[in-house]
Amino acid sequence: MHQIFSRQSIYGWLLLLPAAILLFAFTYYPMAGTFFDSIFNEGSGSLSSRYNGPLNYQMLMIDPVFKTVLINNAIFALGTIPVSIGLALMMALIVDQHFLGRSLVRMAFFTPTVLPMIAVANIWLFFYTPDIGLIDSLLAFFGIEGPNWLGDPDTVLSAIIVMAIWKEAGFFMIFYLAALQTISPELKEAAKLEGAGKLYYFRRVLFPLLMPTTLFISINAVINSFKLVDHLFILTKGGPDNASNLLLYHIYETAFSYFDQGYAAALTVVLLLILASFAIVQFFFFDRRIHYR
Amino acid sequence: MSYSPSAKLYLPSLGQFAGWLLALLWISPLLYAFWAAFHPAEFAVSFQLTAPLTLENFSQALQQAPFLRYGLNTFILVTLILTGQFILCTLAAYAFARFNFMGRSIAFSFVLVQLMITPEILIVKNYAILADLGLVDTIPGIAIPYMASAFGIFLLRQTFKSTPVELEEAARLEGCGFLRILMKVYIPLAKPTYLAYGLVSVSHHWNNFLWPLVVSNSIETRPLTVGLGVFGSPESGVDWSIISAATLLSVAPLLIAFLLFQRQFVQSFMHAGIK
Repeated sequence: MHQIFSRQSIYGWLLLLPAAILLFAFTYYPMAGTFFDSIFNEGSGSLSSRYNGPLNYQMLMIDPVFKTVLINNAIFALGTIPVSIGLALMMALIVDQHFLGRSLVRMAFFTPTVLPMIAVANIWLFFYTPDIGLIDSLLAFFGIEGPNWLGDPDTVLSAIIVMAIWKEAGFFMIFYLAALQTISPELKEAAKLEGAGKLYYFRRVLFPLLMPTTLFISINAVINSFKLVDHLFILTKGGPDNASNLLLYHIYETAFSYFDQGYAAALTVVLLLILASFAIVQFFFFDRRIHYR
Repeated sequence: MSYSPSAKLYLPSLGQFAGWLLALLWISPLLYAFWAAFHPAEFAVSFQLTAPLTLENFSQALQQAPFLRYGLNTFILVTLILTGQFILCTLAAYAFARFNFMGRSIAFSFVLVQLMITPEILIVKNYAILADLGLVDTIPGIAIPYMASAFGIFLLRQTFKSTPVELEEAARLEGCGFLRILMKVYIPLAKPTYLAYGLVSVSHHWNNFLWPLVVSNSIETRPLTVGLGVFGSPESGVDWSIISAATLLSVAPLLIAFLLFQRQFVQSFMHAGIK
């Protein structure tokens, strides 16, 4: 028995080895390196590899851009997620019925998901272009002078949020569709026999049953809102005056435009902590059956 | 899709009519991109049915940037990633599903962390590592951090675990070693998972931007998304209609595949999503 166990051990680890090496090289080693850099401020000229204690973290505290990107991230998440989840549920309920053109409708909802964010941003850029753009042209038709959507700090985040909702709702719809298929049609029959109206059935039966899915989507949507910054490269570059800047984009510009590796590392640590806290929420609050079959 | 026996085609109710309207609204940005790309620039915001069709924007886009080369780069990149993922994830998932080794559950939770902390989160440090390995500005350099995919390992492990052990025992009685059992029993039975994971992975990496942007630096390595990203904006003087054409060129292969295999795409995303 012992011998089988140890042979199993060796084979198991051998099978795992290639993946483990890459996982170490591109997840764990860089994570440790990021913590290290955030303290030793490697790579910014004369201070190279010298201990500077919490200097980078002190900078975080007084950096107004850091505060701005965190607030922007929160607004972006809060503006995008509830609406796109609501729309996703509506789409799933529509597409779950049988009607003429159902698969076309489903395709229309899902198409933005298979488009790259860069391409999506390119298309929407023209919608938002001042004066000659599509939205302002339409407004001009009604005699309204449209704002400079992406150039005005007051409208830029909302403009990006609308685009993100368009991109994400169809993706979330898929999870609801999958969940709806696991709900027995007899429940609906029973509710009907009891005289429950459609709205009542939705509110008291369907929606509670879909709650784990809603939680699952919400958490993933929050995580995505921190990871997805591609559109900023096309639409705003974080501007005007950081009004649309997000944390990961700020990390990118700090490291690759301002070449401050140490500060970028400290910002990355903050991002890691945010993601870790959501991982913990996910782990403790969520029905693990969704995760593990 | 589940068709209940009582399923029938209804006349459109108010809700379904709303569904059509919403669908039309949802697809209209893409339809608009088609309109702009296939018409001369002066018709970009004037929708006249008599506007002449043209392919001029596409040929202009192709002249101004090597989109065919970018397309080839993306194809190589996606193939490389998928091949690596299939091999590495299969081996790791097999170990997790069927081998009883020390530290298995700890190792598995270490793998799952990568679901959350993907390589682009650690972009600064990963770029430095790539530079140390001499892989900056190479397609394998873009591909390598994604090969040990936690998502792939997780999905395949679930599938392998649900494979009946009796099949493995039968194969062992016939004298198969553990690698042959993997090839003859587990992999063939996991085909739907491979298809689902493959579609999800290909569409994800076809569309990925930030990490390829940082790593690639030349025409020979740049994938479509990065090529499109550096192509130009209306302020830089590139015509709007040409940008639309370039955008459509970049998404065309994936979009056509999606339109042709719509059912498989949707079902793959569902299959991958509920596990």
